[in-house]
Amino acid sequence: MNTGFAIDVRDLTKKFGDKLAVDNVDIQMPKGQVWGFLGPNGSGKTTTIRMICGLLSPSSGEGTCLGYDIASEARSIKLQTGYMTQKFSFWSDLTIRENLDFVARLYQMPDRLQVVEETLETLGLTHRQNQLAGALSGGWKQRLALAAVTMHKPRLLLLDEPTAGVDPQARRDFWDEIHRLSLQGLTVLVSTHYMDEAERCDKIVYLAHGQKITEGRVQNIIRQSGLITFRGEGEGVRQIAEAIKQSPGVEYVAYFGAALHISGHDRAALERAIGQFSENNAKWQAVPPSLEDVFISMMGAAGQDKRFAS
Amino acid sequence: MSAFATSLSRIGAIFFKEMIQMRRDRLTLGMMFIIPIIQLILFGYAINVNPKNLPTAVHVEDASPIARTLLQGLESSGYFDIKLQTQDPAEADDWLARGKVAFIIAIPADFSEKLIRGERPQVLIEADATDPAAASNAIAQAEKIFELALRHDLKGPLANLNAAPPPFDLVLHSRYNPEAITQFNIVPGLLGVILTMTLVMITSIAMTRETERGTLENLLAMPSLAYEVMIGKIMPYVTVGLLQTTIILFASKILFGVPFQGSLMVLALAVGLFVVANLALGFTFSTLVKTQMQAMQLTFFFFLPSMLLSGFMFPFRGMPEWAQGLGQALPLTHFLRIVRGVMLKGASLEQLHQEFLAILIFTFAVGLLAMARYRRTLD
Repeated sequence: MNTGFAIDVRDLTKKFGDKLAVDNVDIQMPKGQVWGFLGPNGSGKTTTIRMICGLLSPSSGEGTCLGYDIASEARSIKLQTGYMTQKFSFWSDLTIRENLDFVARLYQMPDRLQVVEETLETLGLTHRQNQLAGALSGGWKQRLALAAVTMHKPRLLLLDEPTAGVDPQARRDFWDEIHRLSLQGLTVLVSTHYMDEAERCDKIVYLAHGQKITEGRVQNIIRQSGLITFRGEGEGVRQIAEAIKQSPGVEYVAYFGAALHISGHDRAALERAIGQFSENNAKWQAVPPSLEDVFISMMGAAGQDKRFAS
Repeated sequence: MSAFATSLSRIGAIFFKEMIQMRRDRLTLGMMFIIPIIQLILFGYAINVNPKNLPTAVHVEDASPIARTLLQGLESSGYFDIKLQTQDPAEADDWLARGKVAFIIAIPADFSEKLIRGERPQVLIEADATDPAAASNAIAQAEKIFELALRHDLKGPLANLNAAPPPFDLVLHSRYNPEAITQFNIVPGLLGVILTMTLVMITSIAMTRETERGTLENLLAMPSLAYEVMIGKIMPYVTVGLLQTTIILFASKILFGVPFQGSLMVLALAVGLFVVANLALGFTFSTLVKTQMQAMQLTFFFFLPSMLLSGFMFPFRGMPEWAQGLGQALPLTHFLRIVRGVMLKGASLEQLHQEFLAILIFTFAVGLLAMARYRRTLD
């Protein structure tokens, strides 16, 4: 399989014992793009990423990563891939510099010291290079990890929830860095729970219960979902939330500050539901659904997690 | 509700939470019950500070009935188990050096003649005093055993010889440690105990730490192979082991004056092999446990029988056969024999090759298990 894809996997399946973690997932990701990998906790994102970079062997299915077979050429994949784990997995009892230096040694970089020096410079950590990595704040830890996994100039970056628990400013900086790397030709697959991050991606892949539910550009996914959302504003609108949730055709109700969003696929039913509460002086209007609305409705449609049902 | 009752209910809540957590950690729970049982069995059945059936070589040059009576007396006493009868003193010596026997009893050619003439002939007992405690009871019994044995033969005209003091002289040679200094036994043994304790624990903890902190996944995602990680992680602790050995050897010379009879090369070879054996074991433990705490527990679980069954604390030959069998499986047992053999007896590599082989087999088996358990991928 020699394709123009950075990641080209088909029918990827992983079982842990009787538990089906990933179920026939296909991903064809072109080079040079930034893709978002979304899905609820436990939907199989991490397992899929691990299979792509050769850390886990798939139970069935096949594919290539950077043109190398994921089953037999894990070594070559690892040399050209940067994988950032969900949990900070650098050595907290080594200093920042020692961590970078260790990674540089493992990849046998010829001009190791210089690369480490440059990386510290780019990170802006030169003056803190002798601090223990464990002493860094969450945001800095993530930046250090990103620097460490890109030091060997990989062609593909796999980032597993890199911004979980990181403050908004640090998240923005982190994404600026991702886009900067992408401009240099890197292919990036990022898993995330943040919708604003998903919207920064060229394309997103949505996984639920180990299966790929949808894939595409954010705008297309929203449009194709056929979801209709009404936004209600006004005093007392929050009081009717529980009642309106029970109305037929209302699939999901969410608070947005003082406002309420109700979503469903049947416009008439939604309007009827709103009509029930006409004595309430809330103002309702149709709004484009957010990506979050779409995903939550998809989750509802995907139904119960069947993977663990015996 | 009174303050006391609310406090009691909070204590109850914590108590039940603790019970649930205790139940979840199967390994710890197992240890809590298995360790006392093992201790009971080991201390109760296996350990015997008055060992009997000690393997003995006899070098008899006197073919008379009296000499035979003496040998029968020895065997029926239960203390001595005659493994070798030889005319060749060198052969008996070799058996003692190899540790195959604990005593050589020599009855000279003219023994019965002199006895009858009332000339008080000598019986020579050479004891392996590298473990002074193990041999002392048997030695203390020897004179009485001979006297009792002779009493039956010394009748009629010889009855007058039966009077006290006994009509022969028992000469005792404590070989290898003539003054029966306990430290000469303990200090070389400590080398093995300290190496076992620290190396198994350090390796298993160092490896488990990577798993517990999630850094192992990172290591594996980078281009490093299983054996590279294993060797790279073990090597620093090999150095630690060698430093420990140097310190203990210097201390044993300077502080305790323990002699060093044999070859330093043989000892270095043994230490190297033993260090690797323990590190391989520590590495295997790390593949079996999830937390550093559990790694500690497994280490102690292994350390306990190593201390008790290896012949370090209690005479190996005093244990029942099943316990000796268990002891044979422990690398410390063989290492102790090598260290004591080299330092106190000046034993050669050839004389100790079986002990080396035993540690080698252990290392190989454990290493295979470690490699099988430790895979490059996480599944």
